[in-house]
Amino acid sequence: MVPAMRTRAIAALRFLRRMLHAMSERTIVSLIYLCGVSAIIFVFGIFFFIFREGAPFLRDRFDAGEFFLTAQWFPTSETNKRYGILAMIAGTGSVTILAMLVAVPFGLGSAVFIAEFCGRTMKEVLKIMVEFLAAVPSVVWGFIGLKVMNPLIIQLTGAPTGLNTLNAGIVVGLMSVPIIVSIAEDAIRAVPDAYREAAEALGATRWQTIRRVILPAAKSGLLAAVLLGVGRAIGETMAVLMATGHADNIPFDGTFPFFHPLTSVRTLTATIASELGEAPHLDPGPDGVYSPDAHHYQVLFVIGIVLFAITFAINLIADLIVRGIRKK
Amino acid sequence: MNATVLFRTVGRRGGAAAGACLLALASCGGGGDQSQPKTEVIRIQNTGSDTIVNLAQEWAEAYRKVDPSVSVEVAGGGSSVGITQLQEGFVDLANASREMTAAEKAEMQHKTGKKPIEWIVAYDGLAVYVHKDNPVEALSLDELASIYGEKGAAAKWSDLGIDNTARCPSDAIVRVSRQSSSGTFQYFREVVLDKGDYKPGAQSLSGSKDVVDAVGKTPCAIGYSGMGYKDEHVKFVKIGKEKGGPACAPSLETVLDRSYPLARSLIMYTAGQPTGPVKKYLEWIMSPAGQAIVAHAGYIPHAAPAAPEAAK
Repeated sequence: MVPAMRTRAIAALRFLRRMLHAMSERTIVSLIYLCGVSAIIFVFGIFFFIFREGAPFLRDRFDAGEFFLTAQWFPTSETNKRYGILAMIAGTGSVTILAMLVAVPFGLGSAVFIAEFCGRTMKEVLKIMVEFLAAVPSVVWGFIGLKVMNPLIIQLTGAPTGLNTLNAGIVVGLMSVPIIVSIAEDAIRAVPDAYREAAEALGATRWQTIRRVILPAAKSGLLAAVLLGVGRAIGETMAVLMATGHADNIPFDGTFPFFHPLTSVRTLTATIASELGEAPHLDPGPDGVYSPDAHHYQVLFVIGIVLFAITFAINLIADLIVRGIRKK
Repeated sequence: MNATVLFRTVGRRGGAAAGACLLALASCGGGGDQSQPKTEVIRIQNTGSDTIVNLAQEWAEAYRKVDPSVSVEVAGGGSSVGITQLQEGFVDLANASREMTAAEKAEMQHKTGKKPIEWIVAYDGLAVYVHKDNPVEALSLDELASIYGEKGAAAKWSDLGIDNTARCPSDAIVRVSRQSSSGTFQYFREVVLDKGDYKPGAQSLSGSKDVVDAVGKTPCAIGYSGMGYKDEHVKFVKIGKEKGGPACAPSLETVLDRSYPLARSLIMYTAGQPTGPVKKYLEWIMSPAGQAIVAHAGYIPHAAPAAPEAAK
C-alpha cells in the first residue's frame, strides 16, 4: 500500500470513529434512560391491565364482606355463583408461615455459617450450591412435593392425604432458602470488621460475638432478607399448585392446636393459574351489562389485584428497611 | 498501530457478518428448494377435553400413516378450553366430554357466524375410583352426592357403613375432583349432583390421569375420571342408580347398553359443516379403523355403523 493512501485511510477511520462515538454516546444515554424508566412503565402498565380486566367485577358484583370473609368459592356454579376467597387467603398465609418456619432458621443459619465460620474454598462451594438451589425450576419442586413428600407424609403422620399445607410449606420453604441466604450473607458481611475486632478484644467468644454484636448490627438486612423470602413464598405458584392438594379448606379452627398443617389448602396464585386459562373471556351484551358467566374471568383478576397489593406492601416494607440500613 | 488493530477488527467483524449472511441465505434457499416439490403439510388443530386427549393423540398418530400430508396437532386443557378456542376460531376441532351449553352455542354463533356441529366419536364410562385396598364395592348415585355434594353429609367412610380403617386410620374421605373447566367436572355435577354445587374442600386436580394417580397414592381417597385411566393401584367402584339396587362397573357392555349410570358420549365439535381434510379426518375417526383405536385407548367404540348418529 502507498504510504499516503494509508495515512488518508487512517485519518478517515479516525474521523468515522469519532462520529460514531459521539452518536453512540447519545443513543446509549437515551437507551439507558429508557431502560431505567421502563420498570416504572411496566409496573404501572401491569397494574392498569389487571385493574382494567377486574374492574367490571368490582363494579357489578363485588361485595367486600363476601369476597374477603367467606370461603365459598363457586365461580362456575349453575345455581348460585359465589366468590369468597377467605380459604385462599388462609391457604396462602398458612403455606407462607410454614415456609418461613423452615426457611428462616435454615437460611439465616447458613448465612451466618457462610459469612463467619467457613474457609474460603468451603465458602465458594457453598455459595455456588445455594445458587444452584435457586436455579431448580419451581415445577421440579412441585414434582418433589407430589411424588416424594406425599407418600412420606402419609407414612409418617398418618394423615389422610400427603398433599397439604405441611408439604407445600416445606417445599416452598426450601425454595425460599437461597434468596434469604444470599441477602442475609451480604448483610452480615456488611458489618464492619471493627465490630468483630472490638468484641474479640473484650474477650467475647465467637458465638457471643455473633449473637450479641453481628446479628444485632445486621438486623435490618436480615429482616429484609426474611421479607423477600416471604414475598417469594407468597408469589410461588406451580409448586404450591402441585403440593397443597388445591382444595378450599381453612387450616385454622377453634380446636387445639388451632392450626392444622395436615389439611389440604389452595392458594391465591394457584387458583389463578389453574382457572384463568379456562375462564371464558366474554364481552358485555349490547346494553353494556356482563352476563354472570363473565365474572369468573374478572374475579381472577381481582385476586390478582389482591396479590399485587400484598407483594407490593411486602416489597415496600423490605425496601424501607434496607434504606434504613443505608442511612446508618 | 491502533488504526491497524481497528482495521483488523472491522475486517474480522465484517467477514463474520458476511459469513452469517451467506449462511442465512444458503439455509433459506436450500430449505425453499427442498420443500417446493413436496405438497404443503395441512395442519388440523385439535384441542379440548383431558379425558379425550390421549385418544385424540392416538388418532392423530395413526392418521399420519393414513394421510401423511395432514398433521393433526392435539392439546388438552379441558372441554371448556377447547370450546372457547373453537369459538375464537383458533382450532378446527374441539374435544368435549360434555355437550355444549346453550350459552356456548349462542356465543359460537355470535362470534363465528357458524353453528357448532356435534360428532359423537366414542363413548366413555365415567369411572369412580378408590384405592385398591379400600373395601368399598358399590355406591349409589345418592351416596356419591352425599360424598361430593355441598349438602351431602358423608365425611367419613364409616358414614357410608364402610370400614376403610385398615389402610386409612383417619377414616376421612379425601375427595379428589377436577378443576372447573373440565367437562368431567361439569358432567359429574350435572348427573350426580343434579346441577348442585360441590362441597368445598375437594382436591381440584388438573388432569384425568392426575386423579387416578392421586387416588392410587391415597388409601383414603375417592375420585372420578375416564375409565381408560385405570391402573393397578386403583379399582372401579360399582355404581347403582339406587342404594341396594343393581350396580355395575363401567365396561364395554354396561356403557353401550346404558346400564352403567355414568355413561357419556365423547364429542368433537366443528364450527359449521367441516370440509376438506377435517371432514376426511372425522370420517376416518368414525370408520372401523378409527374406532379400533377407541377400544385400544380404553374407551367404548360405536357399535357400527356410526355415521347417522354423528350429525345433529
